[in-house]
Amino acid sequence: MAKKPTGENVIRIEAMHKWFGNFHALKDIDLEVAQGEKIVICGPSGSGKSTLIRCINRLEEHQQGLINVHGTDLTSDLKDIETIRSDVGMVFQSFNLFPHLTILENCVLAPIWVRRMPRKDAEEIAMDLLARVKIPEQALKYPGQLSGGQQQRVAIARALCMRPKIMLFDEPTSALDPEMIKEVLDVMIELAGDGMTMLVVTHEMGFARKVANRVIFMDEGEIIEENDPETFFNKPKNDRTKLFLSQILNH
Amino acid sequence: MMREKSYARGTHPDLPPPVSEVGLIGWCRKNLFATPADTIFTILAVYVLYIILPGFVQWAFIDAIFVAANRAECWELMESPGSAACWAFASVRLNQLLYGFYPETEIWRVNLSFVFLFVAISPVLFDKVPFRKPLFIFTALYPFIAGWLIFGWFALPPISSQDIGGLALTLIIGVTGIAFSLPLGILLALGRTSDLPVVKILSVVFIEFIRGVPLIALLFIASTMLNYFMPPGTTFDLLVRVLIMVTLFASAYMAEVIRGGIAGIPKGQVEAANAAGLSYWKTMYLIVMPQVLKISIPGIVNTFIGLFKDSTLVLIIGMFDLLGMGKAALTNLNWAGLHREMYLFVAVIFFFLCYGMSLYSGYLERKLDTENKFQKK
Repeated sequence: MAKKPTGENVIRIEAMHKWFGNFHALKDIDLEVAQGEKIVICGPSGSGKSTLIRCINRLEEHQQGLINVHGTDLTSDLKDIETIRSDVGMVFQSFNLFPHLTILENCVLAPIWVRRMPRKDAEEIAMDLLARVKIPEQALKYPGQLSGGQQQRVAIARALCMRPKIMLFDEPTSALDPEMIKEVLDVMIELAGDGMTMLVVTHEMGFARKVANRVIFMDEGEIIEENDPETFFNKPKNDRTKLFLSQILNH
Repeated sequence: MMREKSYARGTHPDLPPPVSEVGLIGWCRKNLFATPADTIFTILAVYVLYIILPGFVQWAFIDAIFVAANRAECWELMESPGSAACWAFASVRLNQLLYGFYPETEIWRVNLSFVFLFVAISPVLFDKVPFRKPLFIFTALYPFIAGWLIFGWFALPPISSQDIGGLALTLIIGVTGIAFSLPLGILLALGRTSDLPVVKILSVVFIEFIRGVPLIALLFIASTMLNYFMPPGTTFDLLVRVLIMVTLFASAYMAEVIRGGIAGIPKGQVEAANAAGLSYWKTMYLIVMPQVLKISIPGIVNTFIGLFKDSTLVLIIGMFDLLGMGKAALTNLNWAGLHREMYLFVAVIFFFLCYGMSLYSGYLERKLDTENKFQKK
């Protein structure tokens, strides 16, 4: 288990609530994330874990409470939202690469159009990152020509091209065939080693043990339990946590 | 008992397919005689062609008269009057069929704008055209250049829009409608899918009104009523009014085609673009529209072709497009009675223009194919 970084907080969530119509999806969430911290969020489906990280870059709008990312409060101010989004990278369960663009174009799009980076510089950074996720030779192919694991690694490289300060992962390995999960997790572990601040929604408990500073268990829109991975897996306190762990670990 | 293998396990090479799978025989077997029903249809189709084709070829080409001063002369040259096609009218009245009543000494202006049209659309249609970027500037200027050439202004004698007709008029209406209905349709579709209630309602009302009214009614409105809505004293050329109405009409249909395309783009695409910090317009321009236009190509070209053929309706309000000019030729005593030839002539020209669009759309779909299989999510 990694040691918990003591840097200043980069995300601060206080008394945050979120509703979908009448459905109370997130209830009174408090969460502080320190610079360089790696947090794994788990819980049964429908527990609100994806919604929580999607609130951090405003893919979902919260109705009550406060979310502060890097000193900027998330309100309906479009400029603030775009600033936060360009500093927060996100990796999705279904990759969401742009199918009409090549791998390289996928990577340089946001740096060029959001950061106004010259194309040459953007391509240099992109090729560098594609090498780090070990697929530089695929740069000129289209996403449809790549395997799922390769696509997800491209998605990680694409997010990193924006030089984000925080990375959000929304079940990054759930849509992958078993033999491809490891190649994606390896990239994420390497990224964690570089000191990136990461919030990861996943059921990969091996990854949580290895990388996380903190594991958060959510159920029915609430944070039920949070602890360091050692304590979380070996001595869970809450009954719902125990039930959940027994369901995902014993098969 | 194990059958003896020709190759040791794990060493089987790729072999060529059996003859029945490839070549002419394979093709015929697969496409013409695959099942008993296929065989029956193939034989039936060949029989129908056998009955129709020889007679038609005899009438349209072998016995046909291509040069004559009028119909009477044409028919004298045949075995019996009307037993074969008389194509002479097409060459004698060619200028009217192509240009209407455009003054003969000025026809070069129409021809030149037609040549310029190809220069202007080439960078739009093909991405490997030399000097593509500077050509786009020409494309942007083309409507003004063509307008100046065709209608006349500075240095060129003005021509009344009433004098423009024939294929030239058909092309003016078709090209204008196509060029402006696509961008307008995109804006309307974005408006209809917008989160802003006012924009959404305006788009819906516009689209539903235009779609709910026949084009002929809109053309009558253009020719008779539009002046009442304008400030007194403003006069609009009838052709300009028709162009506006045809464009609006096509754009309403285009908007619905585009909206269908937008619905076909997975939500994750917009989310990924948003998550990277792209604004609404950049997301639409860079991510959504390129994909929407690609999957909507069949629907878009369908609308284009429909619009192109609908241009013949201007006949109703006294304008003479290609079909109108053909009908006018039939009312002339010299050529009366050549209905079959005239309608066939017009039909063939329309067919090739529309089929050309269809071929281009097929080319574009193949070119843009990036082997994308969206995850079923």
